[in-house]
Amino acid sequence: MKKGYKLIYQRPKTLTDTRINYCPGCFHTTMHKLLMEVVDEMGIQEKTVGVCPVGCSVFAYNYMNVDMQEAAHGRAAAVATGIKRMLPDRYVFSYQGDGDLAAIGTAETLHACNRGENFTFIFINNGIYGMTGGQMAPTTLEGQKTTTSPYGRDVEKIGMPLKMAEIVSQFDRVAYVERVSCNTPANSRKAKKALRNALEYQGKKLGTTFIEVASNCPSGWKMTPEESLKWLEDKVFPYYPLKVFKKPDKKEV
Amino acid sequence: MGELRLMKGNEALGEAAIRAGLQGYFGYPITPQSEVIEYLAQQEPKHNYVLIQAESELAAVNMMYGAGGAGARVLTTTSSPGFSLMQEGISYIASAEIPCLFCNVVRGGPGLGTIQPSQSDYFQSTKGGGHGDYHTIVLAPNSVQEMVDFVYLGFELADKYRTPVTILTDGAIGQMMEKVELPDPIEYKPDKPWATTGKTKDRERNILTSLYIQSEDMEKKNQVLQKKYDQIKKNEVRFDEYKIKDADIIIVSFGLTSRVTRKTVDMGRKKGMKVGLFRPQTLWPFPWEKLEQYAEEDRIKFFISVEMNAGQMVEDVKLAVCGKKPVHFYGRMGGIVPAHDEIYNHIQKLSEKE
Repeated sequence: MKKGYKLIYQRPKTLTDTRINYCPGCFHTTMHKLLMEVVDEMGIQEKTVGVCPVGCSVFAYNYMNVDMQEAAHGRAAAVATGIKRMLPDRYVFSYQGDGDLAAIGTAETLHACNRGENFTFIFINNGIYGMTGGQMAPTTLEGQKTTTSPYGRDVEKIGMPLKMAEIVSQFDRVAYVERVSCNTPANSRKAKKALRNALEYQGKKLGTTFIEVASNCPSGWKMTPEESLKWLEDKVFPYYPLKVFKKPDKKEV
Repeated sequence: MGELRLMKGNEALGEAAIRAGLQGYFGYPITPQSEVIEYLAQQEPKHNYVLIQAESELAAVNMMYGAGGAGARVLTTTSSPGFSLMQEGISYIASAEIPCLFCNVVRGGPGLGTIQPSQSDYFQSTKGGGHGDYHTIVLAPNSVQEMVDFVYLGFELADKYRTPVTILTDGAIGQMMEKVELPDPIEYKPDKPWATTGKTKDRERNILTSLYIQSEDMEKKNQVLQKKYDQIKKNEVRFDEYKIKDADIIIVSFGLTSRVTRKTVDMGRKKGMKVGLFRPQTLWPFPWEKLEQYAEEDRIKFFISVEMNAGQMVEDVKLAVCGKKPVHFYGRMGGIVPAHDEIYNHIQKLSEKE
């Protein structure tokens, strides 16, 4: 560093120095950074194993400088179960989108939560299939237009968008459930705190920890990044409120 | 000499897995193999392995992926419909090169089929089974003893080649009781520097994936796999022979059927028929070369593949024989085990025609 300059910000050491394939304005980039900052700050790079899904974040292992396994579509919770049961003292996370976690992988998600598997779900809910070009997701909002719901999601035909955080918070052995976002700096800080909580609870073996991120998809939603932030405020948060759904007792923590 | 016990095939397989250093078992109950998970559940408190009754075979095979990828010695067992469900995962496991041991205790199909023994998953097991260009090593036991021996062998081969291995057996061998010699337990100390156990400072991160989005990279990955399969074909062919030295008719059969055809050979010999038995113990790699050698010998009149299906292994026999001698087939389907004398009568008629 040049003399007279002061370092005030840098890429977390556990984030690789590589070109990112996410679209401009997408929350994946922010969430990757926040997660890796937490891994850095907790000093757990050597003890962290991640699982990536099929979806936009299929290449997460290119960006996160930790050991990772790439799962089949929907099976990340089962893969994470296998890893965590073999390596109970490691920090294990699955990083999944809504198609992966809440459509094709619903059974694996719910059963891992019901068993109280001691790993952390990071669930990026952007209400759309981004990677395949903008098709309807299990979390697409009522009336929201996608390439497979060109006239808007018809809940009479396809049902209401799934509320995964609300669902998994019903399980006894799930320890911590919070829905966060990173549409503002304040919310990004809350999201980072939630990630840290989740990994710390995991370290204390309290049960399943589940962070849902009410996320955006400017490309899939056919919006500018700025418009996508407004859509989050106007449409997404009223249906998917940002809140803590479940947390461990103070005694446990 | 190891410990002698009278055991059911499925339970013997479970016991062998424990002795061979099992670290993770992930399965879903299905007849006729549920005794494996029941046995392992009973024994669990005495040992250190992890056992999960998964919510489905899909979940089970992906727990195998995760746990095997974390460096553990892992096993799952299932029967035909469940094995179909696992094919997606096996394709991923083959590509990510994760050592895993599978056992398919085959029942009659297609569809929900029957719970009686069958060999109708030969194609599925030996030709890949899931999507993409891959093979698993396929071991075919014909006794409770081999159920045990092939668990040790299967785990070893899986580690040696970083590949999924399948024990292809059937409902009869899984269910029947026989005397079995159990090998001494081993202390399993895996050396798997590729496993995802956490990135230490002295190495790059380990990534287990089957995704190669650039065609050139995907082709390279395929070449790596094919090279490995060539090595396996060169090194790991296994077979057994019975009264074959002077035979002019060779019966080819595997697993349960080979026990019946052995009796057919004895019956034929008594009646002056010069018949012998060739039993592949590895179905993939298949003993193509050995059969080809026999096909070139003048004394051999014909081959007959006897199977409990509509004719699957016979295609590999034909590949090996390559038109040099006639290759016939006799089979029963739907869970029916052929009797030794019905096979003899069939061969008798064939030899009159030849």
